[in-house]
Amino acid sequence: MSELNNEFVIEHLKVKFGDAILSAEVLYDFLTVTVTNKEIFNVIQFLKSDETINCHFLTTMCGLHYPDAKESFGMMYQLHNMPDNYRIRLKVFSSDADPIFKSLTVLWPSANWMEREAYDFFGFKFEGHPNLRRILNMDSLEGWPMRKEFPLEDPFRMDKDDKMFGR
Amino acid sequence: MPDSNTIIPAKEYTTLNLGPTHPATHGIFQNVLKMDGEIIIEAEPTIGYIHRSFEKLAERRPFYQITPITDRLNYCSSPINNMGWHMTVEKLAGIEIPKRVQYLRVIIMELSRISDHIICNSVIGVDSGAMTGFLYIFQWREKIYEIFEELCGARLTTNIGRIGGLERDFSPVAWQKLNDFLADFPAGLKEFDDLLVRNRIFMDRTIKCCPISAEMALDYGFTGPNLRAAGVDYDVRVINPYSSYDEFEFEVPIGTNGDTYDRFMVRDEEMWQSLSIIRQAIAKLDRLEDKTSIHADVPEFYLPPKEDVYNTMEGLIWHFKIVMGETTIPKGEVYHCVEGGNGELGFYLVSDGGRTPYRLHFRRPCFIYYQAYQEMVKGSMLSDAILTMSSMNVIAGELDA
Amino acid sequence: MSTEVTKLEGYEGPGFMATSLDKAIGLARKNSLWPLPFATSCCGIEFMATMASTYDLGRFGSERLSFSPRQADLLMVMGTIAKKMGPVLRQVYEQMAEPKWVIAVGACASTGGIFDTYSVLQGIDRIIPVDVYVPGCPPRPEQILDGVLKIQELVQNESLRRRNSPEYLEMLASYGIE
Repeated sequence: MSELNNEFVIEHLKVKFGDAILSAEVLYDFLTVTVTNKEIFNVIQFLKSDETINCHFLTTMCGLHYPDAKESFGMMYQLHNMPDNYRIRLKVFSSDADPIFKSLTVLWPSANWMEREAYDFFGFKFEGHPNLRRILNMDSLEGWPMRKEFPLEDPFRMDKDDKMFGR
Repeated sequence: MPDSNTIIPAKEYTTLNLGPTHPATHGIFQNVLKMDGEIIIEAEPTIGYIHRSFEKLAERRPFYQITPITDRLNYCSSPINNMGWHMTVEKLAGIEIPKRVQYLRVIIMELSRISDHIICNSVIGVDSGAMTGFLYIFQWREKIYEIFEELCGARLTTNIGRIGGLERDFSPVAWQKLNDFLADFPAGLKEFDDLLVRNRIFMDRTIKCCPISAEMALDYGFTGPNLRAAGVDYDVRVINPYSSYDEFEFEVPIGTNGDTYDRFMVRDEEMWQSLSIIRQAIAKLDRLEDKTSIHADVPEFYLPPKEDVYNTMEGLIWHFKIVMGETTIPKGEVYHCVEGGNGELGFYLVSDGGRTPYRLHFRRPCFIYYQAYQEMVKGSMLSDAILTMSSMNVIAGELDA
Repeated sequence: MSTEVTKLEGYEGPGFMATSLDKAIGLARKNSLWPLPFATSCCGIEFMATMASTYDLGRFGSERLSFSPRQADLLMVMGTIAKKMGPVLRQVYEQMAEPKWVIAVGACASTGGIFDTYSVLQGIDRIIPVDVYVPGCPPRPEQILDGVLKIQELVQNESLRRRNSPEYLEMLASYGIE
């Protein structure tokens, strides 16, 4: 119980996965570990199935886009061990233009819609997802809205026309 | 006895489209049901009919302009969303909130939790045919709205509070309304309980209606009253206390088999517990020496009061800097969660030091647990599926964001 | 131009009254509107408060809500309409029988509200004709009632021939509705 803390988890991850752990930092008391795309599924599976770490609950996941970085697209996962109240955040990045990540639906059914949301917003593909299609936006929408280059406003708006405002 | 010449027709299923506009789906989401008579074989949900792209919108708005967006997540209990967002920014900036403000925040959050559970429970009654409970208990909701109006000016989408505290203190009228509410509401809630809790028809409709086991609930990411009805006592206020919740004594009600009746009862008991928390908060406020502070001393985040803005130089400059986004916002990533009306409402904020967040992700409990709905209703009848949907308290604003 | 149940104007005598058909039908229609609450988001909760006892929409004759468009007179669109929902709204409007009225409750239904984004329809009057707009975010129940009263005024004073007139048909054609 008291041994489950950030140092313990970093130790174990480094021992088991070695170079796949790219970085581990504690931000605002929250351990944030960046992992390579090849090993992220195994890391998460290890964190879930290990008896001491026991991160049995998937809190959330979301996509990230840093257009200026070399590895611009990424996913963030947050896991939670409820009985011991331990949380961990994992990040994985990819430099592809259309990244492919491994789906977590075999571990948790709740990952299903969250991955569809990441697909809908960013265009990430998830290998092994049973039903990867758009969830929140219209099926006919072209483009990936949450990417930084996608405009926020409706492109067909008439009333924000500069001509009408004398600009 | 059928002989070899008898032709037994193959089973034909009907396809029924439930929604997106339907009286019982409070909110717009569609379910295409494959049915064998009255029993549901398969359900395929479609959501996104009210997708307002909050996460994209938040990347263009300074921090104070995001508060109205958070209002519209779970709009039945908007103050909880507002406070959760302000606490996230306070965590990012490392702001310490005075005790008095924390207790006041607790009062506001518990009032909004009561108003959220009132809607859910009365609507479960309406969907099973009991309009009376809804009509009686909604009058008490008007009293809560009057208190909110006194505090911040708005009834439903409150946009209440500031980063660092509250914008104004509770006025004497607000205190008087709050005390009247605490004195009179228990009788009203008892009346509502008497109508439904031991009502034979209601119990027959809701007991064993689409139960869910604790393991399945955890696998599907349930939190909040739905998870507690399945038997897991996970409450963010107890596990990761915020705003001094660890100083309050309250029980976390749990159910046994996660069916509709358990969800109804868990929410009902939580309303009683919220009343007790509000009373404890008022008692703590009386014992506190500090009787005036309503915000922390953070001029870079807390908008100065209008008298200062119009009469002092510092007030004017700080107001200008905050509104135009010229103050220094710390860089970092932070995750903060609060116990919303439906469970763990989380805010993941990545700030790059600019005036708007770089990435803001809302962990919306409704979105995550609604996935389980198609599994829960398999094999049950259509009327049970309707009741289950109301008892899960799916709010469309939080579902689609 | 009062909005209570008015006395009909006409020629009265003991046991009889002579008035025009327009006025009698207008009076009957306005006090028996069957609304279809198309509640999508936060304005829907304010509508629930309007329907409940404190503000009671039933006093004005709209006691019976109809969720089936075939039986409704008044389409109350309350809340944000996303582009995904647009075809559904259009279909519901087309399924209603004439005479029908539309009230757009809230800023989002009127103009898209605070959500100036790619996924939100910037006002339902892009796809269906609207009679009354109720501003607010969300509007108070009293404002929603005021909107319904204005609809009642429109209903009372509407000519029986309006729905077949060329101007009305032209307006419908501009929306692409036959």
